[in-house]
Amino acid sequence: MSTVELLERVAAPPATTRNKRRLPDLRRWLSPIALVALWQVASATGILPPDKLSSPWTVLRAGVDTARSGELGDAFAVSITRVGIGFVCGAAVALVLGIVAGLSDWGNVLIDPPVQMLRTLPFLGLIPLFILWFGIGEQPKIVLVALGVAFPLYLNVHSGIRNVDDQLVEATTALGFTRWERLWHVVLPSAVPQTLVGLRQSLGIAWLALIVGETVNADAGLGYLINNAREFLRTDVIVVGLVVYAVLGLVTDALVRLIERRALRWRRG
Amino acid sequence: MAEGLTVEVRGLTKRFADREVLSRLDLRIGTGEFVALLGRSGSGKSTLLRVLAGLDADVDGQVGVHGTVSVAFQQPRLLPWRTVWRNVVLGLRGRGRDRALAGQALAEVRLADHADAWPRTLSGGEAQRVSLARALVREPDLLLLDEPFGALDALTRLAMHSLVVDLWETHRPSVLLVTHDVDEALLLADRVLILDGGAIVAEHELANARPRRLADHLDVRARVLTDLGVTDHAPA
Repeated sequence: MSTVELLERVAAPPATTRNKRRLPDLRRWLSPIALVALWQVASATGILPPDKLSSPWTVLRAGVDTARSGELGDAFAVSITRVGIGFVCGAAVALVLGIVAGLSDWGNVLIDPPVQMLRTLPFLGLIPLFILWFGIGEQPKIVLVALGVAFPLYLNVHSGIRNVDDQLVEATTALGFTRWERLWHVVLPSAVPQTLVGLRQSLGIAWLALIVGETVNADAGLGYLINNAREFLRTDVIVVGLVVYAVLGLVTDALVRLIERRALRWRRG
Repeated sequence: MAEGLTVEVRGLTKRFADREVLSRLDLRIGTGEFVALLGRSGSGKSTLLRVLAGLDADVDGQVGVHGTVSVAFQQPRLLPWRTVWRNVVLGLRGRGRDRALAGQALAEVRLADHADAWPRTLSGGEAQRVSLARALVREPDLLLLDEPFGALDALTRLAMHSLVVDLWETHRPSVLLVTHDVDEALLLADRVLILDGGAIVAEHELANARPRRLADHLDVRARVLTDLGVTDHAPA
């Protein structure tokens, strides 16, 4: 790079990076589109038999069909309800435990050790137990999601609160803050960034837990749609189900990022 | 407590484990008086300040502080998730947390146009001025300054010295400035105290006129340095 270029780069500040962010680099679409085209060609020429994997076009048509018949919408509603309830339950437990263990020494001594031990259990491996305990209805799936959500959120809330800057706490004490005011104005806000990291992790795991739970046994929901399609060798419907899962994961991730952007404005300045 | 005093400390002793950091220390600061506290590191300066700030109550002896106390620390310690003006009014109660009031306080430290900025965007000197505004907006009877200029560059420090004198002349709080910068103490304070071994071992009065030139106070400077155990000092 020449000196002039370097100087121009230094002199031309954030405006350029911002423009770049607004105009996505279209070249990045080239290879994904090529891959889909290749897949279509492979299907059309019979290299890829439909009982192994349907062509993109068939998948698209299956998506439209299942959506029109209401099958997809129903499955979608069932699945998202499971994740919703499981997430709310798991997050509530994690927040309460994390805050108590983060704030009080006794809470930390009593709550943290068992949580740390349980966290090492592979929670997806608990499915057989859950089926024995809760049967094969909605409960085991919701509990599985709640469990998957609770651990990462707890760990992050807990460490977020424990790592509060003592200097800030002291400064507000000198300003006459009560215990509750310190909690509200200093301790909890300082735990927000770490909590949002935990939120993102736990939402990712929530979808994973749901998919596993639904695939093992279900009589409704996206997992059921996929399993049912397998019985009839409908690889097109299977792919539709997978794509919906993927889109849901992306949407929730984008949602958390939106929350982050709003809640952490002070970080970017 | 005696009339005309903001601080009256008698026989203050503070122990950490078995170590006596402050031992039977006496200190009186008059209303509106500017006192600088000098001492080598580990002499107990910051401990004394923390006791006066009410941050450390586990002590023996009598500690009397009259009225409101504000502290400005070496680091500005602003809450990063509050805008500048909300940081300024943090130490006020209820309806006192008012934007107009914050604006006035910020104007005094020449930061009126930074009211809505996030602390992260400020320079070190600017953040330290916000910290001063936050301390002064409470109209304290006692202002404790814990090496507030220690982390700033030399030029910013000079500007801060005259700002602090201006603010002190406007608000007239009693000030205890903890520092290890001898020249800073001589330029700002009415009285310079030397802390050593947990007690005040010497004190020097200075003529009250301000702004001051260091050249007018070389005699005091020499004595202060001797008190601090610096023997082969060059003249300023």
